[in-house]
Amino acid sequence: MGIQTTYLGMPLQLDDLDVENLAFFKHCSAHNFHLQKCAKCGLLRYPPTTACPWCMSPKSEWVPVDAKGAVHSYTEVHHAIQPAFKAHTPYLILVVDLDTQKGKPTEHEALRVVGNLTTPDGKLAPPDMVRKVGIGTRVRMVFSDAGPGLAIPQWTIDEGTKQPDKPWRYPQE
Amino acid sequence: MPMPAETDTTSPKYLRDKYAIVGVGETTYTRGSGITTRALGTWAVRNAIEDAGLKASDIDGMLSYQSGDSTFSTFIAGDLGLRLNFYMDVFGGGSSTEALIGMAIGLMEAGMCKAVVIFRAMNGFSQVRIGGTGARAAAPVSGDALHMRAYGWQSAGQMFSPTFMRHMYDYGTRPEQVATVKAIHSEHASNNPKAFYKKRFTVDEVLASRIICKPLHLLDCCVETDNATAVVVTSADRAKDCRHPRALIRGVVGRCSKPRTDMHYQTGPISTVAGHYAKDILWPNSGVGPEDIDITGSYDAFTFTTMLQLEDYGFCKKGEGGDYVSNGTMRLGGRRPNNTSGGHLCEGYTHGMNMVIENVRQLRHDADDSCPIGPDGKRQHTYDYREGGCRQVKNCEVSANLGWANPGTGSAMVMRRG
Repeated sequence: MGIQTTYLGMPLQLDDLDVENLAFFKHCSAHNFHLQKCAKCGLLRYPPTTACPWCMSPKSEWVPVDAKGAVHSYTEVHHAIQPAFKAHTPYLILVVDLDTQKGKPTEHEALRVVGNLTTPDGKLAPPDMVRKVGIGTRVRMVFSDAGPGLAIPQWTIDEGTKQPDKPWRYPQE
Repeated sequence: MPMPAETDTTSPKYLRDKYAIVGVGETTYTRGSGITTRALGTWAVRNAIEDAGLKASDIDGMLSYQSGDSTFSTFIAGDLGLRLNFYMDVFGGGSSTEALIGMAIGLMEAGMCKAVVIFRAMNGFSQVRIGGTGARAAAPVSGDALHMRAYGWQSAGQMFSPTFMRHMYDYGTRPEQVATVKAIHSEHASNNPKAFYKKRFTVDEVLASRIICKPLHLLDCCVETDNATAVVVTSADRAKDCRHPRALIRGVVGRCSKPRTDMHYQTGPISTVAGHYAKDILWPNSGVGPEDIDITGSYDAFTFTTMLQLEDYGFCKKGEGGDYVSNGTMRLGGRRPNNTSGGHLCEGYTHGMNMVIENVRQLRHDADDSCPIGPDGKRQHTYDYREGGCRQVKNCEVSANLGWANPGTGSAMVMRRG
């Protein structure tokens, strides 16, 4: 069965043919982060794909992944395009390097997992929290529930680890 | 034109100088065209064929690009009485122009047709807005889009910004450096009577405009306009009979990509764009290098897209793009002006076609500025680049267009005056 739900008032859909995305978000709905691990070369990949981007093998299994990392880059949206986000500006879109598999299979590759900056309970972060985060900030994954079978993986500041003295922020505040 | 001595320009591997752009045409750049994309496209194609000095019966190929926001070749050909031996309408925005010119060359080389017109017709402000606002912004989020749009990560600006933020982090590039791109393009546009925005802006004005999404201020972003644009490509031999000096095509690279086109950020450095790969096709195919280029048309969807491409195509060292775009090189009167029409930031948004059209006019030494027309019917260029003045580049012989779809995909083309 496919999924139709809403998140922030925004309609979300997953077709029942879309088995990779259904599996990914089903794990998220249980607040577990799973990625496909290639049955042939053993590499993890993100986002979900039908075959392995490194060896073309169509065989993979979903495995739990430790979802912690550091912000690799970001944008801070002040003028939202989608109506669902207009009440939440400024919001952050983070591109996060997972610690898992960083620098593999080649130096500049990483599992770069996208998410908004949220509070620990998965709500879009308030402005004072947004201003604390930049390139280098250590984050951990949390989830925003979006109905049965679907939750959105998100990032929140990892308070339990050492943070950089001053994460890189765009110079104009 | 200087040619590297070791280059074998007669090699059959290449089609250097065998094809040319002979006609260019456009509608006015407006917000609220008041007509359909079919009508816009028909005008632009007709203008391009007339500009070439060709008849309807001379054109037997048609290509176009769109994103579900435009008319099709069949309607334009019908309106103008063209009988086609080949047509195709492809899905795509930026980077399509140069890629389709490459395809047109292939079609003609294969003997499938003899002269190809390529068009892009769009009501990019009054119908389907390029920034993604309007009906598209509220559409349901489904399938693979969940990994992007569910995060409010949808518009081109939002999607591309992490690339440049990382560039600032990696290389110390500064906001005022890329803001100079807008300032320079606005100077160029002030000498282009058909530009939608002719007002000159300063770097400070760009930096004082409101933030859309960091690092983009409002004035770092291109304009949304309604317009159609078209070019006619044919063989260099046929081009001799056309109305204007030929813009000979030396080399093309089409939709060259970084790995992981599904989400290019998986492969770093993310501050490197497709030009890093495309340059290794463009320069050998063209038999020239960056130093041989007199003018560039580096796609300015945003100020930083111009910078990232110039850097990765080798116009400066990696990481020095901020200096390149702000040191005067790409201003009219500088060593290598960029987007002399004002480009997407000022002239109008066409998904790349107007930057090719401008370079064709520059190579003809016939930029349509406000210079007086002499007794021979040609503009008497003053090379005085003050506001409202000339925008013809002196002794312009070789051009490069650098088209951008997104950080992970780009196209490019080198032309020379023939």
